[in-house]
Amino acid sequence: MNDESNFISTQLLQKVYPATKRGQEDLTVFDKVNFNIRKGEFTTCIGHSGCGKSTILNILAGLAEPTSGSVMMDGKSVSGPSLDKAVVFQNHSLLPWKTAIENVAFAVKSRHPEWSLLQIRKQCVKYLEMVGLNDSYNRKPSELSGGMRQRVGIARAFAIESKLLLMDEPFGALDALTRGIIQEELIKIWEQTQQTVFMITHDVDEAIFLSDRIFLMTNGPYARVAEAVVVDLPRPRDRSQIVHHPDYYKIRNHLVDFLVSRSHELSGSSNGAEERQEESGTVDGELLLPPDVNPALA
Amino acid sequence: MKYDRIITAALLSVGFFLLFLAVWHIGTYQEEHTVEAVELTSEQVAILEEAGMSASDKETYSSQGLTFDQINQIASMGLTLDDIEMAGGLEAFGFTTGGAAEEAKTGFPSPALVWEEAYYQLSDPFYDRGPNDKGIGTQLKYSLFRVGMGFFLAVIVAVPLGFLIGMSPLLNMALMPYIQILKPISPLAWLPVALFLIKDSEKASIFVIFVCSIWPMLINTSFGVANVKNDWLNIAKTLECSKFRTAYSVILPAAAPTIFTGMRISLSIAWLVIVAAEMVIGGIGVGYFVWNEWNGLNLASMIFAIFIIGIVGLCLDLTLGQFVKIFSYED
Repeated sequence: MNDESNFISTQLLQKVYPATKRGQEDLTVFDKVNFNIRKGEFTTCIGHSGCGKSTILNILAGLAEPTSGSVMMDGKSVSGPSLDKAVVFQNHSLLPWKTAIENVAFAVKSRHPEWSLLQIRKQCVKYLEMVGLNDSYNRKPSELSGGMRQRVGIARAFAIESKLLLMDEPFGALDALTRGIIQEELIKIWEQTQQTVFMITHDVDEAIFLSDRIFLMTNGPYARVAEAVVVDLPRPRDRSQIVHHPDYYKIRNHLVDFLVSRSHELSGSSNGAEERQEESGTVDGELLLPPDVNPALA
Repeated sequence: MKYDRIITAALLSVGFFLLFLAVWHIGTYQEEHTVEAVELTSEQVAILEEAGMSASDKETYSSQGLTFDQINQIASMGLTLDDIEMAGGLEAFGFTTGGAAEEAKTGFPSPALVWEEAYYQLSDPFYDRGPNDKGIGTQLKYSLFRVGMGFFLAVIVAVPLGFLIGMSPLLNMALMPYIQILKPISPLAWLPVALFLIKDSEKASIFVIFVCSIWPMLINTSFGVANVKNDWLNIAKTLECSKFRTAYSVILPAAAPTIFTGMRISLSIAWLVIVAAEMVIGGIGVGYFVWNEWNGLNLASMIFAIFIIGIVGLCLDLTLGQFVKIFSYED
């Protein structure tokens, strides 16, 4: 099963937080989470707070362990973090005592320990320029604006040229204007590098603008990926033009409808889940994947 | 606005200092005491002359305010004024003249006297006139050496150990009870133990400084290391950094401000403790100097030494404060 269609595949992921107090029940945040990501695909994940999106991302990154289930990447099981999986955290998480370029260099040096200082610098400058940081290389994070910091974080993640890029609400703390600009830069870089991306977001428009597919998660506990919405809008996409595309609002309405009502209706419980056919998460030994839905064709 | 406040604060500081000097001066002020000559009766004069006291000596004593009884005592010892002055003056014999008796009542030295003493001491800070009479500079040199050695040894032990404790929750749990028990023990309590074990007062005082310096550094280092932001550690993990590289390029710089703050606290405590330790151990050092001046009732010199201790302590603190500043970062 090592073809392009399942570069990443999660198999029956489950996360249970054991009860901390006596008399409390264990908390199963999500259960039977299956999805595939194709190579070079830009995917986003939307769901309400508490459905375990961040935990899933951390499991993909190898920073957290699922209670059960596994993640396959490129045919190999993911065990622990590695340079193959770059992560952009929600709060930039740059090292504050290093300048912008030193932060990126720290990552590049980890990827290419054999490189000369000049080579490292060239790589850093290349990616810092890509994210639009042209003259602030030598500033420390505290001297950069929120948007700039997040750009450095993105440059750091791209600069190690990993196979998979994981982003946990990278623009969550930014104002709408900055957010829009960085989204455009992000998509430009992605079109050049063709990395596989899995990104968590709360922003429906952001998801449509960036994604090939959007994973919709039901509410927790017992959250799961209910469906994968295919965004078939042509690329390269333009922020101002995309909203005029006839399919845009079909997709958008579908997503909003899911978030407002269906995410709750579909949310599992320990009893409710048993009634459903997909209770086991598999059908005839095959993983039951969330259906691809294309609202534009509906 | 900012400069305004700095200037106002500086003026206020100077004002407080002048106020302090004024209070001190008034508190220790005494009127010029003119010694009233004691009138001797002709009967008394006859007795003194009979004892063999010359008329001029007798004049001198009485003009210095000695009573007849005291003069008679001198006469009975058969000493001339020259003998007495060669032996160190009247005070050396326990005779207090009228003026000296007044001074003994308000013996606290005036600011001017301390200033004079300071000028005298600082004009030749490294003089050496025997084991009990060395300049303040020499005393400071010894004290600073002890503090430096003890502190340096404590850094060598406490920082790496604190690093290990901070990195390993297991070690932390296993060692914290001992640290918590040892920490509140007054470092001076270790002095007899050190003297018994090391049998060298110099090394014992260094040991005492070592013991008192170690705890704040140990606790601060382990706290700083244990509380490095998880995000930063995750970054190191995703970059497949080795344990050593993570420790060196993420944990160490992240914990550096906390570690240096621990060092700063330690050094302040070490400077407090050395004075007490030297009072007990004796020999040489600012602590002993203060104690020795007190024993010799050289109060002006003692107060001068106390000021010097404060100023040196401030300098030590500022030095470490600079390190904290260099290694701190804004998150």
